Formats: sequence, structure tokens, C-alpha cells
Amino acid sequence: MSEDRVKPTEAQLKARRSRSIAIAVALAVFVILVYLGTLTKLGPAVFDRAM
Amino acid sequence: MALVEREHLHDDAGRLSEATAGDFVALLKPRVMSLVVFTAFVGMVLAPAGPNPVLALISILAIAVGAGASGALNMWYDADIDAVMARTAGRPVPSGRVAPGEALGFGLVLSALSVMTLGLMANWLAASLLAFTIFFYAVVYTMWLKRSTPQNIVIGGAAGALPPVIGWAALTGTVSMESLVLFLIIFLWTPPHFWALALFKSGDYARAGIPMMPNVAGAASTRRQIFAYAILVAVSGVLPTFAGFASLAYGVAAAVLGLAFACHAWRVLAARGEDPAMRAEKALFGYSLVYLFAIFAALLCDGLLARLGG
Repeated sequence: MSEDRVKPTEAQLKARRSRSIAIAVALAVFVILVYLGTLTKLGPAVFDRAM
Repeated sequence: MALVEREHLHDDAGRLSEATAGDFVALLKPRVMSLVVFTAFVGMVLAPAGPNPVLALISILAIAVGAGASGALNMWYDADIDAVMARTAGRPVPSGRVAPGEALGFGLVLSALSVMTLGLMANWLAASLLAFTIFFYAVVYTMWLKRSTPQNIVIGGAAGALPPVIGWAALTGTVSMESLVLFLIIFLWTPPHFWALALFKSGDYARAGIPMMPNVAGAASTRRQIFAYAILVAVSGVLPTFAGFASLAYGVAAAVLGLAFACHAWRVLAARGEDPAMRAEKALFGYSLVYLFAIFAALLCDGLLARLGG
């Protein structure tokens, strides 16, 4: 069965690595922006939760 | 039969992609995106509201990503005609670097994320306008108008003209007469800009079967319409001064820029297509880009000076 597996070429591995890095960076930027945006919009009220 | 061969016989869903991150960035049409960012930013600067810099930055990014998402959806749907036009054959989908399904998924996910982000960080009026812009560009323009009427870019131009309205709405929560003037400037600028391109790329559009104005109404009619729109562009450029939200200095600058636009359009009309190099048409296309940038840069300077002075 092992001969049925697809072996990625050098170009495919390089492209996959480029996409993975871009996704990681985009996700990190998105998380930071949502964090900063939430703090800016809500301010101290972000901790003010009714029990 | 090996798994990969079997999949290749049916479709390319199982292929290993060679698309780089750069190909996905290209799907966002970065040059169009830069114009969207710039005009939306000017809309924000002119808006009568004190922006929070963090929320303004996030809003601009959301608008940019939304515009990019509509570009990706456009490239997904138009891959067949992009493939036969020299100007667009190298795009990621027609060149085979990105699969159509990947472009569609990319566009849909970014559309949803950008609209949600703008809604949560700015307001839902701005988010609704962004959603409408994406819908209008991807569905109304790309899927319907582009292939069915020579008025495609006239009506479709509304999508490109909305970013300053979205920027304004993101800060104020309203759509005002001032933001509609900004809309009008880009809306009226779009036909002469694209028809100048269509005149010297008419062979490309004819091969792709797109009913651009020169291919349907003829070059002579297109030249007359370009000139008529150029006059309207010149008039719309000075409207911010008459509407009272730009200075007299801006009005003078806009009048000079508009006059030059009309002169370029007049040269296109006078050339009558007798120059095989199409120099007048190419000059108008180039100048139209300079014009839009210069008008919005002048509005930006005017708005910043007013903010600093006020």
C-alpha cells in the first residue's frame, strides 16, 4: 500500500510551508487585532460582568 | 491504480497544491485593494468624528480584506474569461496555481470575517455597506452585468465607489451627503477609466466575449461617451468645495485636475482611432489613475489641515 502514497515534490513542500507561515501570521494578527479592539471598545468594562 | 492517478482522472480536488502565499495575496487584487484603503481612509479623515486610532485601523483593515475577498470571488468566477485575455491569463486561477474551489473558499471566508469584524469593531451600518459592496461586485457585476451589458462597468462602478462611504459610516454610523459626493466622484470616474482601457484592449475583450462599450456600441460612440463622462468627472471633482466640506484651495486644485482630465478625453475624441499605437487612449488611462489619486490626496490634505486647524 505504501507505493500508493503521494510523495510531495520539493516545490510542493516549499509552497505548503509558505502557506502555513502565512496562515500562522494572519491568525496571529487577527487575534491581536480582536484583543486590542475589544479592550479599546469596552475598556475596563471588559472585566465588568454581572454574576 | 494508485490513489493519485484515480483522483487525477476525475478532478483536481486531491492534487497537492503548489500555490504559494503570494498566489493567495494576488487573489486579493492588491493594487485595487490599495486604492480601496486609500479612498476609505480619506472618507474617515473627512468624517466629522474623533476616531479611535485602534478601531479606525481595524476598520480600514476589515474594509481592505472585504475588498480583497470580492476580488478573490471575481477571480474564481471569471477564470474562464481571464484565461483568454493576455492581461489576466497569468492570474492564479487561470494559470492553474490555485484551484477554483480554493479561490471560492478563500473569498467566502474572508468576506464573512471582514464583515463580522467591521460590524463588531465599528458599527453594523458600515458592515452592511461592506457586505453589500462585496455582493454587488461579486454577484451583480461579476456574475451578471459583466457578461450581459455594455453598461457593466457603469453600474458595477458603484462597488468601487463605496469604500469612502464605508469609511465615513465606520466613524459616524451614518451615510451623509458628503460621503455620497465622494461616491459620485469615483462612480463617474470609472467609465472613462475602463473605456480608455477597453479601447486599446478591445481585441482581448472581444476574444473573451465581454460586451465592453467599444465592442458593442463601437469606438466612435465610446469616445463620445468618454468625453461626456470626463466633463461630469471634472464637475464632480469640485463638488466638495461647493458642498462646503473642502476648502477653496482644494476646489482650485480639483478644477485644474478636472480640466486636464477633460483635455485628455478630448484628445481621445479627436484622435478618432487613427493612431495605431493608441497613445491618446493610453495617456487618458494613465492620467485617470493619477487624477483619482490626486483628488483624494488633495481631499486628505484638506481634511488633515482642517482637523489640525480645528
